[in-house]
Amino acid sequence: MARALINVPAKAKRGEVITIKTLISHVMETGFRHTTMGVRIPRDIIDTFVCTYNGEEIFRATLHSAIAANPFITFHTVATESGTLTFTWSGDSQFSQTETANIVVE
Amino acid sequence: MSKREHATTRRQVLAGAGALAGGLSLPTLATPAHAQVQANPAALAIAIQKVVGGAKINDGKVKLEVPPLSENGNAVALTVTVESPMTAKDHVKSIHVFAEKNLQPNVISAKLGPRAGLPMVQTRIRLADTQDLIAIAELSDGTFWRATGNVIITLGACLEDG
Amino acid sequence: MKAARGTQRLALGVLLAALATLCSAAEIPLSERRSGYADLGRETKAMQDDDTANPGMLSVLEGEELWKTKSGTEVKACADCHGDARASMKGVAARYPAFDASRGRPVNLEQRINICQAERQQAKPSAYESKELLALTAFVAMQSRGEPIAPPDDARLTPFREAGRQLFFRRQGQLNLGCNQCHDDNWSKRLAGNLIPQAHPTGYPIYRLEWQSIGSLQRRLRNCMTGLRAQPYEFGAPENVDMELYLMWRARGLPVETPAVRP
Repeated sequence: MARALINVPAKAKRGEVITIKTLISHVMETGFRHTTMGVRIPRDIIDTFVCTYNGEEIFRATLHSAIAANPFITFHTVATESGTLTFTWSGDSQFSQTETANIVVE
Repeated sequence: MSKREHATTRRQVLAGAGALAGGLSLPTLATPAHAQVQANPAALAIAIQKVVGGAKINDGKVKLEVPPLSENGNAVALTVTVESPMTAKDHVKSIHVFAEKNLQPNVISAKLGPRAGLPMVQTRIRLADTQDLIAIAELSDGTFWRATGNVIITLGACLEDG
Repeated sequence: MKAARGTQRLALGVLLAALATLCSAAEIPLSERRSGYADLGRETKAMQDDDTANPGMLSVLEGEELWKTKSGTEVKACADCHGDARASMKGVAARYPAFDASRGRPVNLEQRINICQAERQQAKPSAYESKELLALTAFVAMQSRGEPIAPPDDARLTPFREAGRQLFFRRQGQLNLGCNQCHDDNWSKRLAGNLIPQAHPTGYPIYRLEWQSIGSLQRRLRNCMTGLRAQPYEFGAPENVDMELYLMWRARGLPVETPAVRP
């Protein structure tokens, strides 16, 4: 199981813009590299990242081979209500991982 | 691409100069493993066209922040910010980043909306060589805006795979 | 006359050679020592400084889970003996390698973890450079973050540290270079595009951008040996541990940075 680090403030004021930082363990094999024997190493990347806030999609990114290993993505959202942020990374070789973070909005 | 095999890139020249400057004669150490990288304008144009269609791309509104010099092309910090009030009527719909010399020019495409509050995306990217980057933002009114940046990738001598 | 002049010339030659040896053998004065961190670019520094952006933290996180995971025929977790690593492991990485009486020689942190796994947990020891061993090592070493490197004052270590020092100064490989020629004599100069660091092992295991992963000090040492076109010592070889011992002594007083980020 890959590991992920998510940074979401535990508390925020209603209407406040919060920063969300995500880091996930993944090799992001480009598909352009070859072994010393000249065999192409198949692509193995995360190609989709989605964040939902109480079920509604607030951010989506399509990643390509040019994203560094262990993808780090930072984005923002307006704290609208208390609830759960859900993060899903998916990609090659049926890779899929979902993590959640809770936020209290006052 | 026979041109690719013969071209002496700036990277090689820098590598040679670096070894000399260090007062050390280490030609084998200074030979980059993946030296020859050239821009592929056609692939870049196609990738951009897929995003903007036939629309005009304006300069401005977008800020692309990258280090002018990076110690390694494997993880270059990238920040794209767009000027926008981020309201229901006037907001950023998407942000796209392209690299002119990577084998595949697409880097990342992000979809956001008024709920983002701040149209800013940060990530870390791979750059095959010193090159230009292009960030394009699509606004809710259908217009496209662009910023460019350049990163010099310095070449390390002591690489693990020789 | 001729013979006398010859002797004179020979004497001068010997003197010059001795001077050259003295100069090149000069270790970096304590006051001038600095971590490789000082020479990082702004972005790389930021990557190390922010635990939510430092990819090495993914390994630390995994190590924290492993610390609490029961394993081996003893069905014991590290935490069952050592409790909260924040308290029990604080400062440990700063004083490793340490002397192991039963083996009669120093062991590094990875080896200590492996010995624990084999002897206390009755588990299969982790392979060198495996994700698991790197993770546990990173987790343990991070508990010493900010602590000054403090090699133990243990006379039994002296001959091994001296052996490590000899290796550091020995010319090796097809390039016929000693570690000191880059890292004592030419630090702050450039080798191709990169700055030559003083080579202090302050932040291992490190997340190296070139590797795109976390790796051990011995991986780095082997990397250097390959660079010299020398045959690297095997992971866990006594020579590598002796070298670690010398390098930690050489870096004494500098703060631990694990998990550090380097280009």
